[in-house]
Amino acid sequence: MSTTARKAGFGSVLWDYLTTVDHKKIAILYLIGGFFFFILGGLEAMLIRIQLIVPDNDFLSAQFYNEVLTMHGTTMIFLAAMPLLFALMNIAVPLQIGARDVAFPFVNSLGFWLFFFGGVMLNVSWFVTGAPDAGWTSYAPLSIFSEGHGVDFYSIGLQIAGFGTLMAGINFIVTIVNMRAPGMTYMRMPLFTWTTLIASVLILFAFPALTVGLFQLTFDRLFGANFFNPELGGNAIIWEHLFWIFGHPEVYILILPAFGVFSEVIPTFAKKRLFGYSSMVFATVLIAFFGFMVWAHHMFTVGLGPIANSIFAVATMAIAVPTGIKIFNWLFTLWGGSIRLTSPMVFALGFIPTFTIGGMTGVMLASAAADYQYHDSYFVVAHFHYVIVGGTVLGIFAGLIYWWPKMFGTLLNEKLNHWFFWLFFIGFHLTFFFQHFLGLMGMPRRYWVFGEGQGLDTFNFISTIGAFLMAVGTIVFVYNMVMTQVKGKKVSGDPWDARTLEWAIPSPPPFYNFKQLPLVRGLDPLWIEKTEGNGKMQPAEPLGDIHMPNNSFVPFVMSLGLFIAGFGVMFQGSYWFLAAIGFGLFFGSMIYRSFKDDLGYHIHKEDLEDEKGDGSNG
Amino acid sequence: MADNTNSTSEKQQFYRKKHKEEMKHHVLTFVMMIAFTLIAFGLVMADVSAMFTIPIILIMAAVQVAFQLYYFMHLNQEGHEMPALMIYSGIFAAFLTILALTTIVWW
Amino acid sequence: MADDMLKSENLPQNPERATLEGRNKFMGFWFFLGGETVLFASLFGTYLALKNSNAQGPSAEEIFGLELVFIMTIVLLTSSLTSVYAMYHMKNNDFKKMQLWIGITVLLGLIFLGFEIYEFYHYVHGYEFGYTTSAFSSAFYTLVGFHGAHVAFGLGWFLSLMIRNSKRGINLYNAPKFYIASLYWHFIDVVWVFIFTVVYLMGKVG
Repeated sequence: MSTTARKAGFGSVLWDYLTTVDHKKIAILYLIGGFFFFILGGLEAMLIRIQLIVPDNDFLSAQFYNEVLTMHGTTMIFLAAMPLLFALMNIAVPLQIGARDVAFPFVNSLGFWLFFFGGVMLNVSWFVTGAPDAGWTSYAPLSIFSEGHGVDFYSIGLQIAGFGTLMAGINFIVTIVNMRAPGMTYMRMPLFTWTTLIASVLILFAFPALTVGLFQLTFDRLFGANFFNPELGGNAIIWEHLFWIFGHPEVYILILPAFGVFSEVIPTFAKKRLFGYSSMVFATVLIAFFGFMVWAHHMFTVGLGPIANSIFAVATMAIAVPTGIKIFNWLFTLWGGSIRLTSPMVFALGFIPTFTIGGMTGVMLASAAADYQYHDSYFVVAHFHYVIVGGTVLGIFAGLIYWWPKMFGTLLNEKLNHWFFWLFFIGFHLTFFFQHFLGLMGMPRRYWVFGEGQGLDTFNFISTIGAFLMAVGTIVFVYNMVMTQVKGKKVSGDPWDARTLEWAIPSPPPFYNFKQLPLVRGLDPLWIEKTEGNGKMQPAEPLGDIHMPNNSFVPFVMSLGLFIAGFGVMFQGSYWFLAAIGFGLFFGSMIYRSFKDDLGYHIHKEDLEDEKGDGSNG
Repeated sequence: MADNTNSTSEKQQFYRKKHKEEMKHHVLTFVMMIAFTLIAFGLVMADVSAMFTIPIILIMAAVQVAFQLYYFMHLNQEGHEMPALMIYSGIFAAFLTILALTTIVWW
Repeated sequence: MADDMLKSENLPQNPERATLEGRNKFMGFWFFLGGETVLFASLFGTYLALKNSNAQGPSAEEIFGLELVFIMTIVLLTSSLTSVYAMYHMKNNDFKKMQLWIGITVLLGLIFLGFEIYEFYHYVHGYEFGYTTSAFSSAFYTLVGFHGAHVAFGLGWFLSLMIRNSKRGINLYNAPKFYIASLYWHFIDVVWVFIFTVVYLMGKVG
């Protein structure tokens, strides 16, 4: 299937990707989509830093600065970090548990297209009435009184993307619960699979709160509801609660998979099994559990009262304990290992101190009394960039370089990767380390200028220089990705001499992944076979027909339907017909889908025997 | 082969009997749910004091929901461990949400 | 093998969970319901926070009439039982009776929805209690309306399943679909139990 499509022209490749339900191709789609928005969010960040390079700058207008700032945050969280993580989950998780695909291939594709159209919707706002300008948190009543349709694009665009995320989350939970290969018990699952499972559970329970919050915002702005309108009894604090009930688990959704990546990378390149595997699993579950009970630490200055603030402060500090367990486990894994300084490993080593600093400032922010000083200052900006860039983004890059061979069958240039790392890493610390001090000196976040003679000039200047270094690093990485694919030098199935199941099959894997499902004999199954067996996974079943799902164009049409409907709902009046068309497409696709049996097809045993992919390393 | 079909039909009869018994439980559950509903509405219509009524009707709602989940939706049967875990996690998150929105918003 | 999926003879015990696809649907749908719990909790929480914020508009005590709500409750509870009957006949591989009971469920759902529309109409025209009247009215209509939308979606779901499969029996391909549709229907009922208790009864008690 895939090989014939590749030889064919551009049109059929495009059609193949528009209709694909193969988790490996959806991973590539997520990678392309996520990286595009990452670059876009990065450009917005550069605009912010250029504006703040000197005091009283007029590079951007105040209104445009608000829009850029809002879109930077929204884009990076929802449209860059999450899809890039989904790219890694899609490529790695089914292979790590020895499955032929995810549980719901159709829903997987639907999840991607909903994210994609949601992201496009948000960015269309730049060209229609202006982008959202109420911050990525979009606090009411500011968001209610924001003029134009910017915030409507925010609420409807995120709503669409959010549906996609929710579906992707459910899909991964079911995949991991139901589709593990024989012998792959829960406590033999690789840590990345574990963190994906837990992050997906968080998605399942956190996103509905955002859904409701966004609906309320939409109804308030477009249909005259009064949820956040105090004149008619509304209460703006409800939005803050709903947003953070979603928002705090969201940051764990972002960081846990990154923890998972490092827990794969570090043992591989230290040539040791992960220290304290079960405590790692336990810590992950504990972080998720606590993650639901800490959201109000974003709201210490709202005035919830000393009792509520104390409870949330203590719960927040408690999260430092399982996180600390993880940090120590990684250090102990490194201890006495024979370390190879490959680029994913360098990212992992850079992550540990960076994230620890971010965690430390997190505990500082968690003390409610002190938070009155830090709140809404650059100290907070520095803190969350240390955990999100220093944690999630470094994790995404480590994972991307690590699993690149599985996605494309090629290996990124190591030398350029190291260049990328050092430029990005040094740039990152230059940018954000000094923002701690800016915050303590009293510089508030989200302001479009700072005054002269306030002693803020030097650190802001350094910060902007650092941002440029990060940008240069990213350009190096993009160049590396493009050149690697142009050269297209193929590598073996196991270029890193790794430990988990995904490395037991060729790179890139055949579209059915495993010809015969492997028999898992313990944690790090491939490593067990390498040390105790003949280096190959033993099959758990005889060679037989393989059932595969059919490609489908319906997910694309459904998502397009919601996209079109969004405009109708937003502009109303003579545009209502757009809503009719959009919802017609959406529900029509659903009916089409229920009326047409989708039984998939079978690859026959005889055809499988001819193909490679016999589970050997290469 | 004949032996095989014989045993399957026996099995089927056994299952049918089992299903019938289950169905009896379901009808009983339904009767109790209706009874709870009647009591709840009755309490409110009879103007019993709010301090007494509200906790009682909330508890009865919770019990009704447990009936729905465990009997009508078969959460008590085997193979429902993960669903039960997820429903309880959902109830936990739901509880926190409602608790926060009823206590720590400005009034 | 694909043909086996569409055969309706010799169905195993629990046909909804006999195939991997079926088990996936079953699990996935339960997890979705876990998420829906939080969705409705957010709506309930908002409602509870705003239930006394009626501004100048009518209050809960003034508008709610318990008779209609009682009838709606009984109708929806009964429809929950009828869908249990449908699943009972599915497990016995009795397609006709299953269709019949699903049909009754749909009918009861329609009656419920009709009452709800009448109720909303009555509030809007009898009491000038519109969506934009107060924070309380927005929260009320959004919570109960979300439930109503779920009912409407469930009706569409049941109907399309009935029509699609009318010419064939129960098989391993459609049994999970019927089963999760009935799970969805029970969940709607679960939500309604809390709506009639928290919104209507507690609204009346004050």
